[in-house]
Amino acid sequence: MAYNWNWGVFLQPTATGDDTYLGWMFYGFKMTIALSLSAWLIALAVGAVVGILRTVPNKLLAGIATAYVEVFRNIPLLVQLFLWYFVMPELLPEQLGNAFKQTNPILQQFLASMVCLALFTSARVAEQVRSGINSLPPGQKNAGLAMGFTLAQTYRHVLLPMAVRLIVPPLTSEFLNIFKNSAVCSTIGLLELAAQGRQLVDYTAQPYESFIAVTLAYLTINVVVMFGMRWVEAHVRVPGYIGAK
Amino acid sequence: MHEFDWSSIPNALPFLWDGMKISLEITLSAVVFGIVWGTVLALMRLSSVAVLSWFAAAYVNLFRAVPLVMVLLWFFLIVPHLLERLFGLPPGSDVRLASAIAGFALFEAAYYSEIIRAGIQSVPKGQMAAASALGMTYGQSMRLVVLPQAFRNMVPLLLTQGIILFQDTSLVYVSALADFFGAAYKVGDRDGRLVELLLFAGAVYFIICFAASRLVRHFQNRMKTA
Repeated sequence: MAYNWNWGVFLQPTATGDDTYLGWMFYGFKMTIALSLSAWLIALAVGAVVGILRTVPNKLLAGIATAYVEVFRNIPLLVQLFLWYFVMPELLPEQLGNAFKQTNPILQQFLASMVCLALFTSARVAEQVRSGINSLPPGQKNAGLAMGFTLAQTYRHVLLPMAVRLIVPPLTSEFLNIFKNSAVCSTIGLLELAAQGRQLVDYTAQPYESFIAVTLAYLTINVVVMFGMRWVEAHVRVPGYIGAK
Repeated sequence: MHEFDWSSIPNALPFLWDGMKISLEITLSAVVFGIVWGTVLALMRLSSVAVLSWFAAAYVNLFRAVPLVMVLLWFFLIVPHLLERLFGLPPGSDVRLASAIAGFALFEAAYYSEIIRAGIQSVPKGQMAAASALGMTYGQSMRLVVLPQAFRNMVPLLLTQGIILFQDTSLVYVSALADFFGAAYKVGDRDGRLVELLLFAGAVYFIICFAASRLVRHFQNRMKTA
C-alpha cells in the first residue's frame, strides 16, 4: 500500500495563500467552541424553564412543556437544522426574513446553527431538570408549602438548590454531546471543525492526516470537558447522597 | 409570508418511500450488527483478561468521544479507498450503502455495549454463582442464565437507542445517499419547494419517532406490572 504520509502539509500555505492549513484547522476549532458554548448557555436557560414547567401543578403549563420536549426530541437534529436555516426565514414576517437573508452569510449560518443546537439540547436539559426535581422526596415540597412559602418560593429556596446540584453529572454528558452535535452544522456550510477537515481533504489530497488531526481535536475537547466537569462535580456533590446519582 | 404549495409531494411519494426503505434498511442492519458487536464488546469489557477489557474500554471511549458525522465521513471518504486498495476493487465501486451500514454499526456498538454492560451487571451475582455451582462453564452460565435475563431488562433501552439511531440515519446526507431525508431534500430542491418538503420530512420523522417511543413506554409499563 503506497500512501505518502506528509504531516508537514499542515504548515504549508493554503491554496488561497493567506493562511496555513493549520490555521484553517484552528479557525474551525474556534468556531466549534464558540458555537457549542453559546448554544449551551441558551440550552441551560431554556431547558431549566421548560424542565421546571414540566413539574408544576398546572395542566396547561406542564402540557405545553411536555409538547415542547417531545417535538425537539423526535425530529432528527439534521432536519431541525435545515428547518431553521432554510424554512424559518421564509415563514417569518417578510421584513424580518429579508433582514436575516441580507446579513453576512457566515452570521446566518452561525445563528441558525446556534438556535438549532440550543433548542435541541434544551429539550434534553429539560428532561434532566425534571428528573432532578422529581427525584427529591415529596416531603420537601410539602414542607416548604407548610412553612407558608408560596409555590415559587418553594422552588426557589427548597427544590431548585438541591436539584441543581443533583443534575450536574447527567448534564456533563449533554455538555459533551453539544460539541459532538455541532459537527452536524457542517452540512449548511458553517466552517467548523468537521467542515474544515473535509476541506483539507479536498485541498491537500492528504485525507488521512486531515481526518486524524480533526478526530484528535474532538478527542481533546472531550477530554478537557470531561476533566473540567469532573472538577465541578466534585465541588457540587451533595454530602450524604450516595454518589449523588 | 410564504405561499404554501404542497402539490409536488403526492407525485414524489414513491421516490420518498424508496428513501424511507433505505433509512429503515440502515437502521435495522445497524441495530442488529450493533447489538451483536456491542454484546461482544460488553463481554470483553467485563472479562478478566486485561487485554480484552482494555481494548473494549478504548474502543467504546474512542467512538463515544467522536461525532457521528466524523465517523460517517471516515467511512465515506477514507474507508472505501482503503478497501479499493486492499481488495483491488475497481475504483468508484458504489460501496456507499455498505459503508454507511458499517459506519453506523461500529459507532452504535459502542453505545449498545454500555447499555448491555449495565444490563449484565444488573443481574444479581447469585445467578452466576448458582450456575457455576450447577457445574456450568462460564460460557454456559452467560449464555443460558445471565444474558437472557439481562436482555429482558434492557429491551426498552435498546429500542429507545434504536429510535435515536433511526433519527441519526438522516446524517447519511453527508454521503449524498438518498435516504428519506436526502430524497425529500432532492425533491424540494428540484421543484423549488424546499420549505414544504422539509416541513413534510420533519412531520414524518416526528410521527414515526413519537409513535415508536410511545410504544416502547407502553411495553415498558406492561413489563413492570408483569
